[in-house]
This record gives sequence, structure tokens and C-alpha cells, in this order.
Amino acid sequence: MNRARQTDPVEDAKTQGAIHDSQFTNNESFLTASCPLPITNYKQIVLAHGSGGKLSHQLIEKMVLPQFRNELLEPLHDGAIFSLNGERVAFSTDSFVVSPIFFPGGDIGTLAVHGTVNDLAMCGARPLYLSASFILEEGLPMEDFWRVVQSMHAAADNAGVKLVTGDTKVVDRGKADKIFVNTSGIGIVPNEVNIHPARATVGDKIIISGPIAVHGIAIMSVREGLEFETEVASDTAPLHELVAAMIAAKIDIHVLRDPTRGGVTSALIEITQTAKIGMLLNESSIPISEEVKGACEILGLDPLYVANEGKVLAIVATEDADRLLQVLRSNSLGREAAVIGEVVNIRD
Amino acid sequence: MKFLDEYRDEILAGKVVDEIRRITTKPWVLMEVCGGQTHTIVKYGIDRLLPNEIELVHGPGCPVCVTSLEMIDKAHAIAQRPDVIFCSFGDMLRVPGSDGDLLVLKSRGADIRVVYSPIDCLKIARANPNEKVVFFAIGFETTAPANAMSVFQAKKQGIENFSILVSHVLVPPSIASILQSPLNRVQGFLGPGHVCTVMGYHEYEPIAARFRVPIVITGFEPLDILQGVLMTVRQLEAGTYEVENQYPRVVQRDGNRVAQNLVNEVFEVCDRKWRGVGSIPKSGYKLRWEFREHDADRIFDTKEIDTKEPDICISGLVLKGVKKPHDCPAFGKQCTPENPLGATMVSAEGACAAYYAYGRHLEKREEAVAL
Repeated sequence: MNRARQTDPVEDAKTQGAIHDSQFTNNESFLTASCPLPITNYKQIVLAHGSGGKLSHQLIEKMVLPQFRNELLEPLHDGAIFSLNGERVAFSTDSFVVSPIFFPGGDIGTLAVHGTVNDLAMCGARPLYLSASFILEEGLPMEDFWRVVQSMHAAADNAGVKLVTGDTKVVDRGKADKIFVNTSGIGIVPNEVNIHPARATVGDKIIISGPIAVHGIAIMSVREGLEFETEVASDTAPLHELVAAMIAAKIDIHVLRDPTRGGVTSALIEITQTAKIGMLLNESSIPISEEVKGACEILGLDPLYVANEGKVLAIVATEDADRLLQVLRSNSLGREAAVIGEVVNIRD
Repeated sequence: MKFLDEYRDEILAGKVVDEIRRITTKPWVLMEVCGGQTHTIVKYGIDRLLPNEIELVHGPGCPVCVTSLEMIDKAHAIAQRPDVIFCSFGDMLRVPGSDGDLLVLKSRGADIRVVYSPIDCLKIARANPNEKVVFFAIGFETTAPANAMSVFQAKKQGIENFSILVSHVLVPPSIASILQSPLNRVQGFLGPGHVCTVMGYHEYEPIAARFRVPIVITGFEPLDILQGVLMTVRQLEAGTYEVENQYPRVVQRDGNRVAQNLVNEVFEVCDRKWRGVGSIPKSGYKLRWEFREHDADRIFDTKEIDTKEPDICISGLVLKGVKKPHDCPAFGKQCTPENPLGATMVSAEGACAAYYAYGRHLEKREEAVAL
């Protein structure tokens, strides 16, 4: 009678979710409905616009993209790739407003360096130079700022990137939350690399470099009002060496994405929208630690939507999947890499 | 993960489904009372594993969904006051009132905070002695003890600037109301596991006897649900109508007496209006007179606002089990989780939100109806 009877109900439900989200519908018709209740268009920015989900997507699609539309911006990739004097350059930016600013496994400084390094890595680039802008709230303890700057220094050294320009602003108490950091970065993309979300092709395998949802749970464990005891520390890490190892192994990587805000699902949904394909995930093959799984159960969270800061999703042809797994697993950041699903036809 | 994977075991689930098929000889309509059960059913496709004779309809047990529009408008009126810090569980923030949702009020400058426990509000109240801290106390019997405790502690500790806006609802009167409705099709219930953890299940016994319906108190994992269905169908096929407990690892007949005593000390039963359903006698809690100083309804003069559900939204019929989410012409079209017309599309426990999250709005209607 229907598909569900022939397949595993868990997987079936999951695919259905992924596919429906890939068929992103706009709500234009809704504007004409006469109902008194609905909130059709928010008149103000609400927090959900920053969730990395559909409202964030709408904000960019409807307001930003139409103003700046160009071939570099259009793919809405983690960074833009363009040629300068024959070199392919990747350029990316990211802002960090995490609260609390110190958390198990890192702080806003490490995150700010790794975030942009990883965005560049997701373009296949070797990161070279970073900028950093600080927006500081009046009253921030000098010691906290010093700690953040020191961890940025350590993270940049560790990632082999140089911080070459920056800016500092201070705002009245209450106008920012302690410290906000923006980093931008550039890197060089090797010529043979052709990474693009549109390259996800039916039959490709979807690979994750390790256990999911670690960063989000680490942050939540120290968030005010939700404090709970856990061994979980953020997975924040620079991923460019892992990516460089994949490229050095001459694997034709179709798509790379670091599933940060919004988690694995949000990252994959974005790819399905660009590539106009569907995805089938096998729930039981997705690596997740017992601690993280337990925390997600207690908090009622779907780990597929929880943020990661040191994981990469790679999409490659089936014949390259085993080799990619070998490369990932021989690196300390990819020891628990696994194939979690495949690219399928969009339904209908 | 132990105590989790066992209850999601495919092979065991298959065996229970086979047994349900074996004993089913007639069509039966079952209602799962809780939104959490609905979510599990739709997530795991349990309704599709069952024989065609068995139809699951979704009950009223989503606290966010049944909170009346008047109450939400009242909450919004209080939250907008400049002297108020309004605290709520996160899922109430996106429920549409007559004019926007709490998220919008927050973006306009109202001090609205998400808390994970009402007890956290006491901390906020102590830290902000010049503000009035109000907690939106919604939910079934499950959340009543913690909400009661917040008021009990506030009174004991003399925290005068803390109050709660009470919109508590009770399961047994709502089940009785469904059974009394001329539109009722429900022949057996999967009872509310977590509500009964607090309250026990003795109060369901008179309902089962009076309406001659089996009620099986059921848990929330896939195997719990399947076993609950099996036990209910077994009774229906045998013509019995008892209260049974599928969830003994958590639920006892008498429930949690300590919690009940606290609830009774702080709250008393009152008539309550349910969203999309209307007023049901003796179906809610309000604060007792002794705790009136912590009653936001008394402290703030919130005029009764004449509010109307959108004509197109059928959430009332969905909550009563008369209609399914995809019977609604707006489902998945004008009404989505981003733009919810009714509360059943907001909460993860709402039937419409569960159907949407697992892609049921993309399926052909004929197939959906044939379920």
C-alpha cells in the first residue's frame, strides 16, 4: 500500500523529512489569506532568524541574495572561490556570539579561528591569513579578553594561519554580550579541487568524519538554567589538514560541509536544495557517543540538529568511499568516520 | 544505549505487529492520548505497520496545543508590561495569539525568558526585586507538581514578586468529554503514561466502566506503543473494558502520592476552556485562595479578550480525534511550522507538527485517507 511497509519505518520517516525539506516551498500564497491569526512575515528580526534553519534561509534568500546576486555568492557555499593572478583563492567570513564564552573544550576565541579555518577548508582551500574583529561590552573583565586572545593565538599557530589584520570596538554595557568576534580568512585552493554542493549526484555516499552533536551538547551543559554534569567537551578543531589529506589522496570530493549551527540535517538539507537531490540516511550507522545520545534523550533533542565544530561531511562517488574512509580514519580527527547514507533521487 | 535501544528493537517490534495482526478480526479506532505518543507513532511510522483494520486517532494530550487563545492573549498582555519579566517554556514562544507570538513581543522589547524549570523563576525573582516575575504555568498533571512547587516555595521564602499564570488542564475530564461527543469514534485508549506517573490510574477506572472502553496506560517508545495497541485490541476483541498498565516500569496504580499532595495543597479543580474544544467542566487547576498573592490572573487586570480561532484551522477537531491533520485544507500549505495557524502545528507534540516533520503533507491524499 505504501513505501513504509517495504522499508524500515525509521529510515522511511527520515527520508521523508529530508525530502520534504528539500522541496522548500515559499509561503507567498499565504500573504493573501484572510485569517486574523497567522504571522506571515515577521516585522522584526526574531531569534529564530539566527537558528540556521528555514527562517535564516528565508532571510538570505529573500533579502540579501536579491540585492547582491552574483555568480560567486549564488551557491551559498561556506566561502567564495575566485581567481587572482592565476591562483584560486577562497574567501570566507563568520561571526561568533556563543554564550557562555568559555565552555568545556574551548572558548569563543578557539571557535572564531577554527570556524573560519574550517569554512575555508570546506572550499578545499589551504587557509593562510585571518582577520579578527572584536566587539567588546563595557565591563568585560580584562582577564577574560586576555584568555580569548591567547586561545586565538594558540589556535592560529596550531592551524598554521596568520592573523594579519583586525579591529576593536567597545559598546555600552548591555549593547553586546561580553564579547563578539568576527573572523574572515583567505586561502589557496589547489587546481584539481572541484568542490561544490551541486556536485552531489544520485548514488554518491555521504560520510561523516566522527561522532555528531558533541559541541552543541558541551555548550548546553554549561548554559545558564540548564547546567548538567557531563564529560562531553566541545569537538572544536581545525579541519584543513584532514581535508588536505583527502585532496592529497587524489580523491574526487564532490561536496564538503562542516555541519555547525543546525547540525548534520541542516547542512544536508542545504545541499539537497542546491543539488536538487534527495538523501537517505541510515540512522544506525551515524556515529554518536553514549553521553551525547543520553543528553539528547533527556533534553528532547534530535542529535542530527545539534551543532558540531570539528566534523566534516563529505560526499563522494561510491567507488571512492572506502578510500576516503581509510584516509579519514588514519587521521586523529577522523578515527570514527563512517558512511551514514547516500544520495537518492528526489521523490516525484 | 541501555533502557532505550531495547524499546526500539526492530525484531521485537515485528513480533508484536505480527501478534496484533493475528488477533485483529474487526476494524477498531484507538486514540493515543498524549502528544508524545503521537510523535513516536508518526516518527517511526507505527500507524503504517498496523493492520488496515486498526486506525489510530490523535488525542488532546499536547499541553501547548490545548491552551486557549484567551489564555495566550492574556499571557501576551502581561508579558508586554514594562514591569514584568515573563518566563515560559520554549515551545510556548511560537504559539500564535491574536496579535503575534511571544517571540515577536520579545523582539519588540518585552523581557521574555525561556526557563527549563519554574523553580528557576524564583532565582530570577530574587535577582530582580523591582520587577514582577511571571511564569506561564501550562500543562497537564505531569507538570503540575513542579509548577505547584514554585508557588509553594515562593510563599515559604517570601518571594512576593513571583506569580504564575495558571492554565493547567486535566486528562480524565477531556477523555470523558470525547466519549460523550456525538461525533466520537474512539473505541479504546492508549492512556497517558507520564500523567499517570504522577496521578496513578485509578481515576480512569470509572471512565472505562461507564463508557465501556478499554484504557491501557502506555509509554512513549515504539515498543511501548505497539504493546499498548496489542493490549487494547486484545480487550476490544474479547469485549472487555478494563484499565491496564503497559508502563509498569514507571507507572503505579496510586501514582506519586507526595507530588499529588503538593498539587492538592496548591491547586484546586476548576472549569477550563480548551483551545478548539471549548469549556470542559472540572477539567483544569487554578491556584487556591491561600496562594492568591502568587496568582498572575488576580494581580494583573487582564480583560477577557474576545478571540476567535481562524475559520480554516481545524485543530479543535484534530484534538478531539475527529479529523486528521491532512484533512485540513491549510495543512502544509498556508499552515506550516514557520507560519502556524493553530497550536497543533507549533509544538513537537502537536499532531499537525508531527505529520509535517515526517513528510506526510507530501503524500497523495487518497493514500492518506485510506490509512
